[in-house]
Amino acid sequence: MSQDFSHQEPLLRVEGLTKYYGSRLGCAHVDFDLWPGEVLAIVGESGSGKTTLLNSLSATLEPTSGKTMYRMRDGQWRNIYELSEAERRFLVRTDWGFVHQNPADGLRMTVSAGANVGERLMAVGDRNYAHIRDTALDWLGRVEIAADRIDDQPRSFSGGMRQRLQIARNLVTGPRLVFMDEPTGGLDVSVQARLLDLLRGLVGELGLAAIVVTHDLAVARLLSHRMMVMKDGYVIEAGLTDRVLDDPREPYTQLLVSSILQV
Amino acid sequence: MTTTAQYNFAYLDEQTKRMIRRAILKAIAIPGYQVPFSSREMPMPYGWGTGGVQVTASIIGPNDVLKVIDQGADDTTNAVSIRAFFAKVARVATTTHTSDATIIQTRHRIPEKPLGQGQILVYQVPIPEPLRFLEPRETETRKMHALEEYGLMHVKLYEDIARHGRIATTYAYPVKVEGRYVMDPSPTPKFDNPKMHMSAALQLFGAGREHRIYAVPPYTEVVSLDFEDHPFTIQHFEDPCALCGAEQVYLDEVILDDRGGHMYVCSDTDNCEERRAAGHVGTLGMQEAAE
Amino acid sequence: MYVAVKGGEAAIANAHALLADRRRGDRSVPALRLDQIVEQLGLAVDRAMGEGSLYDKELAALALLQARGDLIEAIFLVRAYRTTLPRFGYSNPIDTGSMLIERRISATFKDLPGGQLLGPTFDYTHRLLDPAIAGGEVPAPITREADVEQAPRVTDMLGRQGLMEPDGDTDPDREVGDLTREPLDFPLDRDLRLQALARGDEGFLLALGYSTQRGYGRSHPFVGEIRIGEVEVEFDVPELGFAVSLGRVRVTECQMVNQFKGSAKVPPQFTRGYGLVFGQAERKAMAMSLVDRALRAREFGEDVVAPAQDEEFVISHSDNVQATGFVEHLKLPHYVDFQAELDLIRRMRAEHDAADMKEAAE
Repeated sequence: MSQDFSHQEPLLRVEGLTKYYGSRLGCAHVDFDLWPGEVLAIVGESGSGKTTLLNSLSATLEPTSGKTMYRMRDGQWRNIYELSEAERRFLVRTDWGFVHQNPADGLRMTVSAGANVGERLMAVGDRNYAHIRDTALDWLGRVEIAADRIDDQPRSFSGGMRQRLQIARNLVTGPRLVFMDEPTGGLDVSVQARLLDLLRGLVGELGLAAIVVTHDLAVARLLSHRMMVMKDGYVIEAGLTDRVLDDPREPYTQLLVSSILQV
Repeated sequence: MTTTAQYNFAYLDEQTKRMIRRAILKAIAIPGYQVPFSSREMPMPYGWGTGGVQVTASIIGPNDVLKVIDQGADDTTNAVSIRAFFAKVARVATTTHTSDATIIQTRHRIPEKPLGQGQILVYQVPIPEPLRFLEPRETETRKMHALEEYGLMHVKLYEDIARHGRIATTYAYPVKVEGRYVMDPSPTPKFDNPKMHMSAALQLFGAGREHRIYAVPPYTEVVSLDFEDHPFTIQHFEDPCALCGAEQVYLDEVILDDRGGHMYVCSDTDNCEERRAAGHVGTLGMQEAAE
Repeated sequence: MYVAVKGGEAAIANAHALLADRRRGDRSVPALRLDQIVEQLGLAVDRAMGEGSLYDKELAALALLQARGDLIEAIFLVRAYRTTLPRFGYSNPIDTGSMLIERRISATFKDLPGGQLLGPTFDYTHRLLDPAIAGGEVPAPITREADVEQAPRVTDMLGRQGLMEPDGDTDPDREVGDLTREPLDFPLDRDLRLQALARGDEGFLLALGYSTQRGYGRSHPFVGEIRIGEVEVEFDVPELGFAVSLGRVRVTECQMVNQFKGSAKVPPQFTRGYGLVFGQAERKAMAMSLVDRALRAREFGEDVVAPAQDEEFVISHSDNVQATGFVEHLKLPHYVDFQAELDLIRRMRAEHDAADMKEAAE
């Protein structure tokens, strides 16, 4: 899945990102650039700091030091930790998406699937019911949810359907960057494969940039162009996904690949 | 007894009145914004109009003429009780005629007759927060107002249409004031919402138990939330008032017997009486004349 | 001619006359005097003063009589009177350490300086109805001179050994809030929270405190100390330059000692839950201290998972004057709103029936 992004300007620039919880290290000295349309996987075992990094990158957590510069739609570079709360919330509901491992964290479980997808449209000022509903129907179709489920609440959906609904809810406003935290984590293996297929199709088709946290190297292999391996809060190896998986340099990465990767 | 109770003009002490007036001025300066104020215990229970009574007590002067309505009527028990309270503690003149009143305190209705400049309409508000039933937390709803995050409000209206084919909110229908704050108009029927828009009168809202005052200054834009293709509409009654024949007014249904017999009469009793005095007659009046 | 059936001034006046009659009851039975209520229904008077937040036994007794013994109604009467009183200023903090103690117990130490004093307690009485109480003479209690020995607070003794967290780290120059003068703004500081709890409904706080014991926000409490007695109230008079005594009030104080493991910054130590109520109100003071400690969860980095730990939930619903008003307002007429709902449901039912007919016809 290698692709050359270098002729473009990056979308995200991360410099020296460090997060401590009291005296305990979350993640330290993370630097990387992310280009439009590029998918970056962050892999590591639990406790390696990958979720801390994701939450810092998405401004859910405030880092102890370091910067995350984001190129806004108007071309301006802004450090996301210096945005006002109003600007940050606007960014989060328009230009960004966040796919949680547990869909219940990202969905409104007591409103219909249609309203779940339509909420972001209404939040940015869409006031045409028919248009909102048609857009919701279109997106339900794209994530393979039957049109006649549009008025059902996600409570009545299976795990896989909920996760697909969460993805539709995030993508409806055409974000440029999506954060995903173990997007296939809670699902059966057969359901996982279908979801990965769907995600890969959507990411490619929409030219989305994405940062995917996963402990599953198969997910990284299928979705990402580039990957970073984390251990004890540090990035110990980074590179094109195929290169890292086929020719791991660090002993820890070699261990991960040999013990887990069966794809 | 250690003390004989002595009360100030209009019950509240002057310090309290000044504090409430400051809140009212702030509310007028920021139309639709809920101003916190230090609500006092009043000699009537919370939920029975303590917010409206505190607002009225703070603005009323000896020369004011007060009208109090509940459900549109001057003679409902709670309206009678509040009117009697002010007649006693402020010795002001009271009236049932909308056009004679300088201050009208109301629960659940706006008078049918358009209000004029110099009149003040004081609403009793039970739950001032229009987002409350979508988000129970004050800390969160405050942030939503500050950041103008009102998408959730439309999610509710969307759900109504998806489920019922129409917006199923019939009272306490949310409005946007001067293009900025989403506001709860208090539990008036949505029939009354258009009367708030560009009204010549000052509209003050008091929520005693919830410690909030808000306002719509005269000639302010008040727009009911809706969708372009499901526009806001008001209730429409098939029959005119059985007593005065009025149309385009809000009607109460009165049950006549236990076989489903019923009739509709004006909710605004003052408007109905004035029309009858002017010679308007409804179907019931005609029957009577024929008998 | 049809006349809408609505209550008028006459109906209200008649209802109030009937209320006055029922309040007086059978005229052949002597009317209660306020001093009888103050002397013989003292704990009810204390509760009306505590939740009414006004220390005046006669007014509380009057409120109880006027409310026909309905406590919440009496509290309401006291509050509605209190709110109209002019405010001259704020007294100095009372010193419960120099209380004239009538009851003082600790569950954490068997014996301690100042000793354990049972005082006038229901504890260890057998709850057997005693017909002799009605109208019977009661022998005078055995009394002795008060000990000169001071009774230091248990929490102070633990504090001197560093085993107890300090008693708040609020800036001494900071003005204490006043929830009767300023609107509540969540999240609250502890001063306002304690004020709200002190006048909160005893039943509500009791249930919440109980819920923490049953696992909904557990805090491993011990009664460090309960003390009941009179304290001096002093008022700084700027013109005089010193404090003058305004008199004495009777209060109940409960200090709950709770477990806490410590954190990176703080070594392991006990934490406090605090309760202080007018009069003799031990159950209320204990419940208050349990809820106070539960509400400090966030301060100690504990997970907020239980209702008793949720400040907005607890404080927004603890005031019984607010609660009773809003619950009871449901009996006010709502027919304008109900009319709107009635109209909508009729339309929706008509559409539903029409759709069924159409389906059947197809």
